[in-house]
Amino acid sequence: MTPVHVALRGVTRVFPATAAQREVKALGPIDLELRTAEFFVVVGPSGCGKSTLLEIIAGLSTATTGTVMLEGRPVAGEVPEGIGVVFQEDASFPWLNVTDNIAFGLRQTALDKAEIERRVGHALRLMGLTEFAAAYPVQLSGGMRQRVCLARTLVQRPRVILLDEPFGALDQQTRFLMGDELLRLWRESGATVMLITHSLDEAAMLGDRIGVMSARPGRMLEIIETGWGEERGSRVVATPRFGEITARLWELLRDESQRAMTGAP
Amino acid sequence: MRSLRAAILIACVLAGWEALFWFAGSSALTSPLDTIAYLGELLSSPRFYPHLIETAQAFAVALGIAISCGILIGFTLGLYRFAADVSEPVLVALYSIPKLALYPIVLLAFGIGMPAKIAFGAIHGIMPIAIFALGAVRNLNPVYLKAARVMRLTPSRIAARVLLPAAIPEIFTGIRIGFSLTLIGTLLGEMFASQRGLGYLLIQAIGLHNVRMIMALTLLLVVIAVTASALLLAVDRRLRRHMFGGS
Amino acid sequence: MTPGRVRFALAAALVLLLEGLSRFGFIDRFAMIPPSEILWHLGKILSSGEMWPAIVKTLSNVAVACVAAIIVGVILGTLIHAWRSLRETLDPLFAAYYAIPVYAFYPLFIVIFGLGDFPQVLIGFMLGLVAVIVNTLNGLDRVPRVLIKTARIQRLGPLATALKVTLPYAVPYIFTGIKLAVAYSFIGVIGAELIMSRTGLGYEIGYAYNSFDNAVMYPLIVFVLTVAASVNTMFFLWEKKMLARRRK
Repeated sequence: MTPVHVALRGVTRVFPATAAQREVKALGPIDLELRTAEFFVVVGPSGCGKSTLLEIIAGLSTATTGTVMLEGRPVAGEVPEGIGVVFQEDASFPWLNVTDNIAFGLRQTALDKAEIERRVGHALRLMGLTEFAAAYPVQLSGGMRQRVCLARTLVQRPRVILLDEPFGALDQQTRFLMGDELLRLWRESGATVMLITHSLDEAAMLGDRIGVMSARPGRMLEIIETGWGEERGSRVVATPRFGEITARLWELLRDESQRAMTGAP
Repeated sequence: MRSLRAAILIACVLAGWEALFWFAGSSALTSPLDTIAYLGELLSSPRFYPHLIETAQAFAVALGIAISCGILIGFTLGLYRFAADVSEPVLVALYSIPKLALYPIVLLAFGIGMPAKIAFGAIHGIMPIAIFALGAVRNLNPVYLKAARVMRLTPSRIAARVLLPAAIPEIFTGIRIGFSLTLIGTLLGEMFASQRGLGYLLIQAIGLHNVRMIMALTLLLVVIAVTASALLLAVDRRLRRHMFGGS
Repeated sequence: MTPGRVRFALAAALVLLLEGLSRFGFIDRFAMIPPSEILWHLGKILSSGEMWPAIVKTLSNVAVACVAAIIVGVILGTLIHAWRSLRETLDPLFAAYYAIPVYAFYPLFIVIFGLGDFPQVLIGFMLGLVAVIVNTLNGLDRVPRVLIKTARIQRLGPLATALKVTLPYAVPYIFTGIKLAVAYSFIGVIGAELIMSRTGLGYEIGYAYNSFDNAVMYPLIVFVLTVAASVNTMFFLWEKKMLARRRK
């Protein structure tokens, strides 16, 4: 029984009513456990609260009710040590070049310069960015900028990596390849990974387990065990098991997506 | 291409000026040639320079105050939501009132001379800089803030290493505008509160109906203002291209 | 503890402070009279009617300058936006415009147009005009291309496109220009009056200053500031309402 890395109990997020809008129940209640070193994928219809869930786990926002535990300690209010996040939007700093971007987080710590250089060099090679080391984000494509963000996250050696639709802006083929890259990074880092995606294919081919969320307010409808071992990613796309998983995902999500689209309760 | 356009613009202005002179006569203005000639005389006369220096000094100090206080105010308000909610309408109102009406009060507070001029210049310039600095903080891409928080930066680090660099293009636009307004504010201050400086010369000339002087001074000020503005605009564009690419 | 109440509390505290400082002699009567007296004198001035001609003159001049600057500014802004090379030529001029001492042209205007109200209105107009143009340009720049393409597909001509699609979209940005035009019209007209006029609020304030008549000067200053601030606040609130409909 693999140990539990992150545990959520009864987590909800309610946005209180303001002058402009009624109260919004964005999320929950959610009970969820992330096992150490697993690759967990979250799918769900638009607006179901996937991003909110990620932000609560990261400590960027606070749950209205319920608890979040990371390695046995509660998470609330501030970002705990050991977490890395890759956001949907490009978060690379436009005023720094690629190397400075990747080194940014490390430079704020007491780490010595030689070690920082080592790690940054390694990350550049890992992400295929060495020839762009001196380039500025404005000169790079969207996919490359996300790689910079990934590199920036990885050099800090996080134990939990959260990704919010990091490949959302990319085309399908690039996404497949980026999925394989993500797997490679996951194995090398040994971290627990939670990936949010709206692509059922991506979910089916990458995760150890897939959490399917309902329409807003999002709850966990079902958690699917994929059973993938070493062999996964773009290589399993043609297998029967892949087809079964995606079929099951669609079955669960068809109604929820309809609900999200029409706004019906 | 750009210098050709600038040349055409200048030619049009000169032509219009000449036409206006022809129409209105020499009791109203002087022709372009005369004005330039007279300005040349002034610039080579040793009694003129002290005035120029006086204005330049007052302006430099006023601008320094306007920039530092403006950024400080704008950032502070940007970071403290409640303070911003309280102050923003006040800032907007202050920006819009004719600060000229405050001028007697400034005079009474500072007396005649350099401090009053500097105060007047700074008051004019501080508003746009503060407003733009506030806007820069507000418009900060929230994902930068989130990324910085995930990297567990302290608030002061975030302000210095993320907010400030990200905000520079927008703050600079505020500084560009503040530059022009501080200049005019300093000049206005000199017109009413000083016995020295270009503004003083101007109001004297207006009073004595010394058309040549009025035109020459105006030409000088216009040339300085336009040149400085064009330079700042070029820097502004370069900053934006560096960070945002394209145009 | 809403922002409005805090603002009110701070303003009240400031007024009380000034009142205290001047009544107890920390501020010289030469420099400033207590706020309560300022208000009292303002009441007297307004009810006695002696300032009304000046007030009406100044405010109407400001209004004319402002409205003209807005209308001409929007039209010119739209035209300049359509003509690319003209715009690029004028851009540096617009950027530098507000450093130019427009007041220096005042004597010129008097010679050309005579001693009436027109020179002051013209100065106010000239100051406000460029602000409106620049902000109209800015607003039109931000119209998403897809809206323009939609207008083309609907086969709208340039005038119809401007009136029905691009200008309505740009209205919030034009509003920024409008607020500036209000401010600049006040500054232009009153400043011109201060310098060279024989009538109007600007002149009266200058006259009171030169005669050390604080009982007239301060109330008039307060009056001008209040009117300008109120007009601007009205526009500010209107703009906020408009923007609330747009943003999420």
